[in-house]
Amino acid sequence: MDLSFVIIQSLSGLASASSLFIIASGLTIVFGVTRIVNFAHGSLYMLGGYLGVTIVPLLLDVDRSLPMFLLGVLISALIVGAVGALMEILLLRRIYHVPELFQLLATFGVVLIVQDLVIKVWGAVEIPGPRAPSLRHGVFILDQRFPAYELFLIAAGLVVLAGLWLLMQKTRFGVLIRAATQDREMVAALGVNQAWLFTGTLFLGAFLAGLGGALQIPRVAINTQMDISIITEVFVVTVIGGMGSVPGAFIAALIIGQLQAFGILIFPKITLVLVFLLMAVVLVIKPWGLFGKPDASAGRAILPEGILSLKRFGTVDNLVAGVAIAVLLALPVFGDNYMIKVGIEVLVLALAAFSLHFLIGVGGIVSFGHAAYFGIGAYAAGLLVTRLGFAMEPALILAPLIAGAFAALFGYFIVRLSGIYLAMLTLAFAQIVYAVCFQWVDLTGGDNGVVGVWPSGWATSRQVYFYLVLAFTLSAIIALRHAIYTPFGYALRAARDSATRADAIGIDVRRIRWFAFTLSGAAAGLAGGLYSFSKGSIDPTMISIPMSVDFLVMVLLGGIQTVMGPLVGAAAFHSIKDFFMPLTDFWRMFLGASIILMVLVFPRGIAGAASLLTDRFKPNPKPLGLPA
Amino acid sequence: MTEPLLTIRNLSAAYGMASVLFDVSLEARRGEVVALMGRNGAGKTTTLKAIIGMVEAKAEALSFSGHDIRKLPSYRIARLGLGYVPEERRIFTDLTVQENLDVGRRPARDGREAWTLERLCAIFPNLAEMEGRRASAMSGGEQQMLTIARTLMGNPDMVLLDEPSEGLAPVIVEQMAEAVVAMKATGIAVLLCEQNLHFAAAVSDRAYVIEKGAIRFSGTMVELEANDEVREAYLTV
Ligand SMILES: Nc1ncnc2c1ncn2[C@@H]1O[C@H](COP(=O)(O)OP(=O)(O)O)[C@@H](O)[C@H]1O
Ligand SMILES: [Mg+2]
Repeated sequence: MDLSFVIIQSLSGLASASSLFIIASGLTIVFGVTRIVNFAHGSLYMLGGYLGVTIVPLLLDVDRSLPMFLLGVLISALIVGAVGALMEILLLRRIYHVPELFQLLATFGVVLIVQDLVIKVWGAVEIPGPRAPSLRHGVFILDQRFPAYELFLIAAGLVVLAGLWLLMQKTRFGVLIRAATQDREMVAALGVNQAWLFTGTLFLGAFLAGLGGALQIPRVAINTQMDISIITEVFVVTVIGGMGSVPGAFIAALIIGQLQAFGILIFPKITLVLVFLLMAVVLVIKPWGLFGKPDASAGRAILPEGILSLKRFGTVDNLVAGVAIAVLLALPVFGDNYMIKVGIEVLVLALAAFSLHFLIGVGGIVSFGHAAYFGIGAYAAGLLVTRLGFAMEPALILAPLIAGAFAALFGYFIVRLSGIYLAMLTLAFAQIVYAVCFQWVDLTGGDNGVVGVWPSGWATSRQVYFYLVLAFTLSAIIALRHAIYTPFGYALRAARDSATRADAIGIDVRRIRWFAFTLSGAAAGLAGGLYSFSKGSIDPTMISIPMSVDFLVMVLLGGIQTVMGPLVGAAAFHSIKDFFMPLTDFWRMFLGASIILMVLVFPRGIAGAASLLTDRFKPNPKPLGLPA
Repeated sequence: MTEPLLTIRNLSAAYGMASVLFDVSLEARRGEVVALMGRNGAGKTTTLKAIIGMVEAKAEALSFSGHDIRKLPSYRIARLGLGYVPEERRIFTDLTVQENLDVGRRPARDGREAWTLERLCAIFPNLAEMEGRRASAMSGGEQQMLTIARTLMGNPDMVLLDEPSEGLAPVIVEQMAEAVVAMKATGIAVLLCEQNLHFAAAVSDRAYVIEKGAIRFSGTMVELEANDEVREAYLTV
């Protein structure tokens, strides 16, 4: 490696750092003031890109000059800013007081809606953008050619940094943003109308996202996957830098830019893994990021109320469960092939949802990346069978073990955190798994996945496979349910309700949560393994964020505090999806809108609303606490 | 007699399931300094927070300056001219002194003279020549002065002052007392939460005593000072 090469490499690292910073600064400012992690920030970035490839060429037709190009970029960013402000007025304003999990879900609902809207307006094919006039050439640096536009991007990042500094230090708006980031209640008590402050902040944040997106148009073809891929990177930047800190975002973007630029030389395939590794290490050493403050998410409810009264099965529940099992046992006898297929899927999803429910409802650990373990189980089973020639039986035994091993590995880091940081770390780990499965084409078949994952000869008939799935899922669910009422389960719940108090009575909170995470991951892995054989194939959608969100929706639909909840939720969700998806081209929009509606109508969770109702009829519900 | 500036009738408040205030009633007239005395945990802070809408509360009446403020958000109440100085001070430590004051700035009402840095420095000499300093670099006494000054920048007609003497050196406490007197002199009413009877007696016209969330005594400051029974029962001396 000679010097000029190192310089070129670090310059290109700076260029990507610059883009990353522009986008991440928006997310972190919005979080600082509103305390909402805006999942849709990536969608705003994507929107900036699409508006850029639409508006900039129009202006270039008028006059092919750099100022016209920049004007187009600016207009695109301003429009996105307006969209952000609208989003604040229509949605965010109504959810500042709901639990964090619901905020994440609601903004993810926006992601889903924007995805379908973008496809509707711009189509599903990617759109290459125009090059920037006067910046199309290369600049020679120590005899190496370097694109002028990349240099321009570095400058743009610095301009944004300087602009934000001026805004924050020299304007009343900036002073109010900084004050509100520290103590927004006090800012209100001093007579500041938060509504406008928040709308303005969202405008600023969305503007930065849109600017980052529009600036990409000469570099990348604008496509419909930009939103999720950028949001993961931006999450990593803001988490490393510290949520709410602009300087932190800048430093973190610089580090990550260089890590990617040089990491690609050493480990071309796994730069992403390096980045996540860095994040994991930073979070272990500084749980609130480099420049973050502990108070950023302290003392806030991440979960809806109503999880505290996890009830044991009563007579009625036993009866219902008995009937349900009887119906399931009889299903292959009277049901047609389609019903059996749906039955298998519902059972598998129910196990996955139940394992997530175990984590959330019992452990208080809100995972936003549970599909990772489901997916690892599916891929483990699928790859063992197709690549290594394993039979179904050992593959099904190994699937949960492998998923559990990964859950133990990731969980080691995850259980050190809490609240929103924990949720974001689970998401980041899930994205590593996704990226590896997506990129390691030789092994995993990439986007297409692998086909030919069939059960052993004796289990090929749908009926037999149904009973096999029933046996596995029922035993796993019963085992997990049993664990809730063991000393381990009590300790886990004690840790959920008050980590400090549990610590004080001698519970090793971290270990117990780590074990719960592993157990839950293994159960999800079993579900994944069963799923791969029922589909006959594996593909990356099984690990994707939307899959994780599906699981969350199943759990919430069914209610967090009931043991039967996730099972009912899985059945309901799967039936709705199965019914509506073929009928509409806008399933995602429908789902997104439903999620948002759910959050707005039941801010305490459907579980909370239902328990309000039932508590009215049952005067004396017995909550389960620690045994006396 | 005109209507009081602040009227509270049968105010009750709770944190979740735990009731903390029970039918608290009190009032303050324009330009009057009223003390709300009581031991730690008696409910003083909660009363103030209930007034400005930081904790949920029910009341038969809660009005300020002729406006019903029960349903108003904090910022609207502040804009009516009711300032709040919290016990924990809640200075914006990342901001400079000048910026802290800027956050509090609001236009003066009905042609009264607006507070400026110069006028504030006349009351709090320590704040002079500190504008550029980061608030985190200030001493406790200076932070206490800054938090009052920040509220005064909103040009309030009344200030809710929560234990301004707490944890401060006697010299600074004396300055605080002078500051309260100076505020009163400009026509600002003060509801002063205190445990320190000497401090309260030096500045207040009237006093209420609160214990376990209920008002146990109300009268002039002179009456309270003369009433050994109440003082011994509800105040630590
Ligand atoms: N955030 C809170 N949550 C629950 N209880 C509280 C909270 N703040 C105060 N309390 C309780 O309310 C009562 C009154 O507290 P407070 O108003 O702070 O009293 P004071 O200001 O007179 O010391 C105390 O018993 C205290 O424990
Ligand atoms: Mg108090």
